Amino acid sequence: MIVNPNPESLTKCFHCGEACTESPIVLEEKSFCCQGCKLVYEVLSDNGLCSYYDLEEFPGESQKLKSSKFQKFDFLEDLDVQNQLLDFKNEEECHVTFFIPIIHCASCIWLLENLMQINSGVISSRVDFIKKKVQVKYNPNKISLKELVVLLSTIGYEPKIKLSDEGGTSNPSIDNKLITQLAVAGFCFGNMMLFSLPEYFSETKLLGEGFKGLFNYLNVLLALPVIIYSANSYFLSAWNSLKQKKVNMDVPIVLGIIALFLYSLWEIFFSGNAGFMDSLGGLIFFLLLGKVYQQKTFATLEFDRDYKSYFPMAVTKLVQDQENVVPISKLSIGDVILIGDQELIPADSILLNQSAYIDYSFVTGEEIPVSIKKGEVIYAGGRQIGEPILLTVQKSPSQGYLTDLWNNDAFEKEKTGNLEPLANKVSGVFTWTVLAVAFVAFLFWSFEDLSLAVKAFTSVLIVACPCALAMSTPFTLGNTLRIFGKGKLYLKNASVVEKMAQVDTLVFDKTGTLTSPANATINFHGECLTDETKDVLKSLVSKSSHPLSNRINQWLGTRSFLKIDGFKEIKGKGLEAFYFGECICLGSQEFIGSKKLIKISDGNLVFLSIANHEIGYFHIQSGLRESSPPMIRELAKSYELHLLSGDQSHEQLSLRSNLGPQINFNFNQSPNDKLEYLQNLSRNGKHTLMVGDGLNDAGALQASEVGIAVTEQVSHFSPASDAIIDSSVISKIPEFLAFAKSNRTIIKISFLLSFAYNLIGISLAVQGLLSPVICAILMPLSSITVVIFTTVSTNLVALKKGLIKLKKD
Amino acid sequence: MEVIFLLIAISLVMAVTFLYLFFKAMRDGQFDDDYTPSVRILFESQKKKVKKDQPTKPKSYE
Repeated sequence: MIVNPNPESLTKCFHCGEACTESPIVLEEKSFCCQGCKLVYEVLSDNGLCSYYDLEEFPGESQKLKSSKFQKFDFLEDLDVQNQLLDFKNEEECHVTFFIPIIHCASCIWLLENLMQINSGVISSRVDFIKKKVQVKYNPNKISLKELVVLLSTIGYEPKIKLSDEGGTSNPSIDNKLITQLAVAGFCFGNMMLFSLPEYFSETKLLGEGFKGLFNYLNVLLALPVIIYSANSYFLSAWNSLKQKKVNMDVPIVLGIIALFLYSLWEIFFSGNAGFMDSLGGLIFFLLLGKVYQQKTFATLEFDRDYKSYFPMAVTKLVQDQENVVPISKLSIGDVILIGDQELIPADSILLNQSAYIDYSFVTGEEIPVSIKKGEVIYAGGRQIGEPILLTVQKSPSQGYLTDLWNNDAFEKEKTGNLEPLANKVSGVFTWTVLAVAFVAFLFWSFEDLSLAVKAFTSVLIVACPCALAMSTPFTLGNTLRIFGKGKLYLKNASVVEKMAQVDTLVFDKTGTLTSPANATINFHGECLTDETKDVLKSLVSKSSHPLSNRINQWLGTRSFLKIDGFKEIKGKGLEAFYFGECICLGSQEFIGSKKLIKISDGNLVFLSIANHEIGYFHIQSGLRESSPPMIRELAKSYELHLLSGDQSHEQLSLRSNLGPQINFNFNQSPNDKLEYLQNLSRNGKHTLMVGDGLNDAGALQASEVGIAVTEQVSHFSPASDAIIDSSVISKIPEFLAFAKSNRTIIKISFLLSFAYNLIGISLAVQGLLSPVICAILMPLSSITVVIFTTVSTNLVALKKGLIKLKKD
Repeated sequence: MEVIFLLIAISLVMAVTFLYLFFKAMRDGQFDDDYTPSVRILFESQKKKVKKDQPTKPKSYE
């Protein structure tokens, strides 16, 4: 009997570093926790790739939960599917890019880039660590696409292949066009500054008139690409906004740009003066810089996934007992399909087998599988567990119970909402004020001197150009985006911050959002469990990866492992093993053979019998996250709260006592109900923020003004949303919201700051005193002040709220 | 002093060349992944060492 009271001293698996339960598998003096890990090691050592283990300690991922069946990749032999996946193809060479979320360390990069040592069919492979992608070039005559995927899966790097990979286009992290525009603007701005410096220091007198003219003409030449290419997005945006009879922030900017350019042309060609071309270049350069800064994206996250991304690309169809792999799109009603272990059901279908076991965690967030009997409907999105099953397709994949959601109008249009960015509100007033000041100045001077009047008019437009004003928003929001990202709340784009500051109604999903599987409450009913029985149970459940086994395992706490023999896991039924010749069974009621009538309103039952004698049963209920009640109470002070749940209403009393009375409960909500609930709220003038996790919340997330998807592992699945939050930081939602609000204050203060600069500039401009030198100093100075102010103040506020920590050296 | 005209022309041509090279590098994807190369550069020597110590068996895995 191996008794080991201290789990920390257990042997660690050489491959994945997980503690080996009981007796590890030993090969070449190295221990492995499971066959899968050993297999990976064998493959690597056979091919001389053992430096994989030298680069990082325990680089591998545990292979315990991996199914070893590779038939699921059969669809990769379909030519249509291949053509969709391959980036490039000819007789001798094919290129394909895989997304492999497991990539996490230097060893992963090293191994994946040395694939050619395992199979000579691989020509080369290249890892993009940040995007977690591998581009493989291979010879299709030596290795097929399917074999390649199987090879990757064998060494523990199973690629995620999804329908949405079709076309294979990936969005670069920052818009390439914007970078090009910025580069052009920066190049021209820098050179214009060089050519303008002699003018500012009156060196032209030393150099002679010829140079002065040359420098001015070169400035005009350099200003052209800036105006025509770099600034064109501002012209477009201002034009679009004017067409809709609105004035956005780009209108005064464009006004300033045009005034600057035309006035400078006139100065240079007709007066022989220097003009403001360098200020123009600087202005556009700084504006574009702000835009780039705002465009922080999180490379491995996707915010726009629809149901297709979760479903497999192909499915096995039975035609006259012949198995055919067909793409999902070719599936029609009445087809008989075969679904294997761990495969997703692509369409609402009726079960043809006696019984099946379906995991709906994608759909509901609830991870305990449910059992389905012959003739019952299985909804698309469920995952089959256990023996392969046969199904008849009832609805086409795009018309199912869940996927029907995506036919709702909410998914058709871009989210608009009725929340307007702060900057747009200000810019209308700002533009009219500036125009009024400019005209007053023009009228005032026109009685004395017409040329001075023109100068004053244009100077006002030039100096009032809201460079600082336009930069305060992107820099504040861009910085907030980064701070949120460090706090594990990932926003789709910067405008979500402004919306977050303005919401007044919060809607929560219950399962998986407020509750967590880790906080399950477990009660054992029946005979008292002895310490020995608990030890046996621990040894039994730790061998299984079933969610209920995991929960019982946690409930048992730290115990010693006993030697049990003949362990068997019967999928959908339970676990079985022998301890000193006595059969121990843990599982469903029928599996144990118990005939007791037990009525439960909620949760799951797991029965235990030893030597055919029923000992009792576990009652397992999902529990609230520890952090949920205080968070809800905190939020209830300043927000209207709603809770939506697909479950029955019997939990209402306990929830109400835990979460407080202010929350509006809604039970028995179908995915569509949730969507309509959110639409109703916004129709009543509420600004909504929805927090949810499963695909069943996808509609609600879309219909809300800010939809936040909760996920246990960020790179994994999440429905289309505006933001993705790591489930470990859900309790910080009040802080995130408060921070978004204080950002609005910061933006307002920086507006005031830039108004102050404008006031100085305008007071000079109306007097006709604005010179190119003053302009060249004032503009960058105001921009830089605003940038420093917003960056420092957002960081200070975040520090105060505990969202970021000071680095300790 | 007239030589300055020539110098300005040369400086502009050089600057434009660098701008062009930047665009070319960007199109080729040089800035797409700024992390992996920093890890990759450390691999080279180790790879050779492995080959010396453990000659690769000609067995291929299927």
